[in-house]
Amino acid sequence: MAHSFLDRDTPRSSLALKVLGINWGLVLLLTCIACMGFAMLYSAANGHWEPWAAKQVVRFAVAVVIMVIVAAVDLRFWLRSAYLIYIAALLLLIAVEVRGAIGMGAQRWIDLGVIQLQPSELMKIALVLALARYFSMLTIEEIGRPWRLILPALLILLPAGLVMKQPDLGTAMMLVLSGGAIFFLAGVRWWKFALVLVAAGGAAPVAWRFLRDYQKNRILNFLDPENDPLGAGYHSLQSKIAIGSGGLFGKGFMAGSQAHLSFLPEKQTDFIFTMLAEEFGLVGCIVLLAAYTLVFIYGFAIAFRSRSHFGRLLALGLTINVFLYVFINTGMVMGLLPVVGVPLPLISYGGTAMLTVMFGFGLMMSVYVHRDLRLGRGGEE
Amino acid sequence: MANRKEKDRSRLLTRRAALLAGGQLALLGTLAGRLYYLQVVQADRYAMQADENRINIRLLAPPRGRILDRFGVPLAANKPTFRAVLVAEQAGDIQATLDAVASLVPLSEADRRRVLRDIRTKLSFVPVVLRDDLSWDEMTRIEVNTLELPGVSIEQALTRYYPFGDEVSHTVGYVAAVSEDDLHNDDPLLELPDFRIGKSGFEKAYDLDLRGTAGTSEVEVNAFGRVVRELAREEGLPGQDLSLSIDMALQDLAVKRCKAQGSASCVVLDAWTGEVLVLASTPSFDPGAFSTGLTTAMWQQLINDPLNPLSNKAISGTYAPGSTFKLLVALAGLENGVLTENTEFFCPGTFTLGNALFHCWKKGGHGTLSLKRAIPESCDVFFYHTADLLGIDKIAAMANRFGLGVKLDIDIPGEKTGIIPTRAWKMATTGVPWQRGETISCGIGQSFVSVTPLQLATYTARLVTGRAVVPRLLRKQGMMTPTSALPTGVDPDFASLGVQASHLQLIREGMFSVVNTLHGTAYSARIQDPTMLMAGKTGTAQVHHYSEAERAHGHLTGQLVPWKNRDHALFVGFAPYNAPRYVCAVVVEHGGATGGEGGAVAAPICHDVLLEAQKRDPVNRVPDQPFGVPTTVASG
Repeated sequence: MAHSFLDRDTPRSSLALKVLGINWGLVLLLTCIACMGFAMLYSAANGHWEPWAAKQVVRFAVAVVIMVIVAAVDLRFWLRSAYLIYIAALLLLIAVEVRGAIGMGAQRWIDLGVIQLQPSELMKIALVLALARYFSMLTIEEIGRPWRLILPALLILLPAGLVMKQPDLGTAMMLVLSGGAIFFLAGVRWWKFALVLVAAGGAAPVAWRFLRDYQKNRILNFLDPENDPLGAGYHSLQSKIAIGSGGLFGKGFMAGSQAHLSFLPEKQTDFIFTMLAEEFGLVGCIVLLAAYTLVFIYGFAIAFRSRSHFGRLLALGLTINVFLYVFINTGMVMGLLPVVGVPLPLISYGGTAMLTVMFGFGLMMSVYVHRDLRLGRGGEE
Repeated sequence: MANRKEKDRSRLLTRRAALLAGGQLALLGTLAGRLYYLQVVQADRYAMQADENRINIRLLAPPRGRILDRFGVPLAANKPTFRAVLVAEQAGDIQATLDAVASLVPLSEADRRRVLRDIRTKLSFVPVVLRDDLSWDEMTRIEVNTLELPGVSIEQALTRYYPFGDEVSHTVGYVAAVSEDDLHNDDPLLELPDFRIGKSGFEKAYDLDLRGTAGTSEVEVNAFGRVVRELAREEGLPGQDLSLSIDMALQDLAVKRCKAQGSASCVVLDAWTGEVLVLASTPSFDPGAFSTGLTTAMWQQLINDPLNPLSNKAISGTYAPGSTFKLLVALAGLENGVLTENTEFFCPGTFTLGNALFHCWKKGGHGTLSLKRAIPESCDVFFYHTADLLGIDKIAAMANRFGLGVKLDIDIPGEKTGIIPTRAWKMATTGVPWQRGETISCGIGQSFVSVTPLQLATYTARLVTGRAVVPRLLRKQGMMTPTSALPTGVDPDFASLGVQASHLQLIREGMFSVVNTLHGTAYSARIQDPTMLMAGKTGTAQVHHYSEAERAHGHLTGQLVPWKNRDHALFVGFAPYNAPRYVCAVVVEHGGATGGEGGAVAAPICHDVLLEAQKRDPVNRVPDQPFGVPTTVASG
């Protein structure tokens, strides 16, 4: 194994070596997935690069550069900055919330001119970073002490609550689940999860009261989609029709009637998987899901190769984060989950999601590049 | 120690990670399973639903069949109409477009308001009607300016058009928008918003033939209902063109003559075939107005008009036949042995039965007379005697045989049966036994007796032929009938009435005298041309029962009597006398404009119509040839 060059702080000239050391197989895999996305966006625009596909290609290119840069940055930097990044994301989230309260409606992004930044997307990565850092600092005994779990629980619930208020049920769900996954990985006892589940079950009726009507409808329609096929259940039903009518091999590229005749809502963003399913059938879907599965396997492999606890937690947390994106999105369009706004990573049209997902992969690669770093509990070697 | 703890932590993490990986795998398996379920197990169902989403079947209305007269002259046809429509999404500045359109064709303030409202309420790609029923000029003005009128286009539609307006409207009928009542019939065409259905006359009777069959256009639509493209198209069957036996030129003459008399009707038949050549009823209405939609005011005016323009009086007006019935009574007398050619009765001007006194129209009486004089001079007393000897049931039996008081099943709706009373009929309807005096009144076509003009014409045709001629309007569609196939005699399908030819001859001779002898009641209406001589019988039907006091006063006819109480004037006739072919019945309600009697008012109409009929001789011309063009038969 040629890992000696990473054993010590290396001079600037090692940057090139770091970049070469990136997991290029993963980059290739991500590019393949993104290309399927370009094809679907091209089809969604009835065979035009405008308005979506071309922009998405540019974004992906930018995102790849960012990913490489993130990967090359020393993992210790990320460890040290974890809380800072988290706090920054939280402040942005609050800023959006405050501005919304002042009267700009349910606007979830901050316009940076180049892209519209959605703090809630950023938070998904920031939360994983912060929790990974927090738990990497604790021993098993410390994790066993309930008061040690109060802070990380707040780290999850604070942004989840804010996002829920936006209202963005999907992202809130993702924050809670990926945070929970890191709790689980860190070794929090089973019975504590059981306790939380019971408590959550008890609180559900209370939470129900805080949901907006359309969110309630989406949940009710998920439970019984045929109940209002032209109203709130429309998206779910049309999406199932599109997937089902694709059959084994699909209707062919750019030949999906559901997508092209506008029966599909949001076909270029959250429902893009439906289009894929309609045009490329079961075969196309399985290929895409297999590609994602390979990505998860890469994520797990990177985690197990890492010699630092922080690196492992981070890589696993990020992998699970991507998994949740994929599962919630596809489960939603297949009618397994309520309709919530979660994009399909690398495929759905959208800037922030693309950037944050690729940022996450950059961190994952940073873990890989710095796999042999041993990080002490204080962030020191 | 620290190392060992680190190792434990690592091992725990690995274990937990493996568990999570397993969980993820299970969830991915769920996704794959769900995909299999949707895309393989349920694929057919969803594929069908996707097609249902995507494919919309639209009906194509076939053009309605035309209604033609016997020479192919269109009586009901389809006229292309043009309307300007605006598609909002292509128009850009709606106000500017409306201004531009208004500079080319008149566009009222109300039109503009309606357009703006429609644009607001409809999807932006749905065409909104700017102006209906554009003239050719207006249409071309818009067409040449389409470049400056984005989103404006001309749509063409077919509307029903009746070239002769109100002249054959009762016979041809009209079409109108489909109403609730029509929907029991499950032809999907009826659901089309612009569809018109036959509502009266021939349009109604032959609606299914005229309607044709719907075509379909299978179109792909998007989620908003916008048509993306046509996938398949199946043209429907256009409605059948149907020919009436009517001769429009003759009809035109008859209608004009009837109109001059106000409320009147006229029927002309071909005695050999039963073909109806004229079926006129005045006043009438414009059938085109029903197709475009009547205003309430127009409708009110139509239904409140005392002259009843909506009623087809030729088939649904029932009138006492008056003296025209005497022919029938005479024939019944002859056939039942009550009369012979030489039987004589004395007419002192009245006829007494018990306490009742029956008057002859001629105050001084006719003296002694036989059938030969009784018909032309229309002596009432002669027929009082005959009827009294016959009894009502024998008269009724003969009347029914000749088509009076029975349904003739003419092929348009609205035909009335009229009444030919019998003893049983009176008992059943009033519960009072028949009175002998009633037979006397019935003998001169009064009392309960009532018939339609069509029945009168049919009755005359049967007197002329001795066969059960049945009137009909529909001509078998359209092959060129060679002259050799023109009928050479009475249609043998008409059964013989079983009446002695000599008796019929006596009746016809009587009818000849009515018109052609100096004492005849219709002498002034005779046709002078010896090859076209007309025969017939006048009738005057009392509408009002006159008291003895009124009789004593004398003002029984003419314009001194209120219109509603004036007698109806009737005439039945045929021509040419030597080879009877055309029969005609005319009824002028309340004596028409002058309040005259049958001979003075109805007979002249019959004269004009029968003279013209013989001049045109439509029954001896090859049908379906253009009007007025002499026919030649291809040799061989």
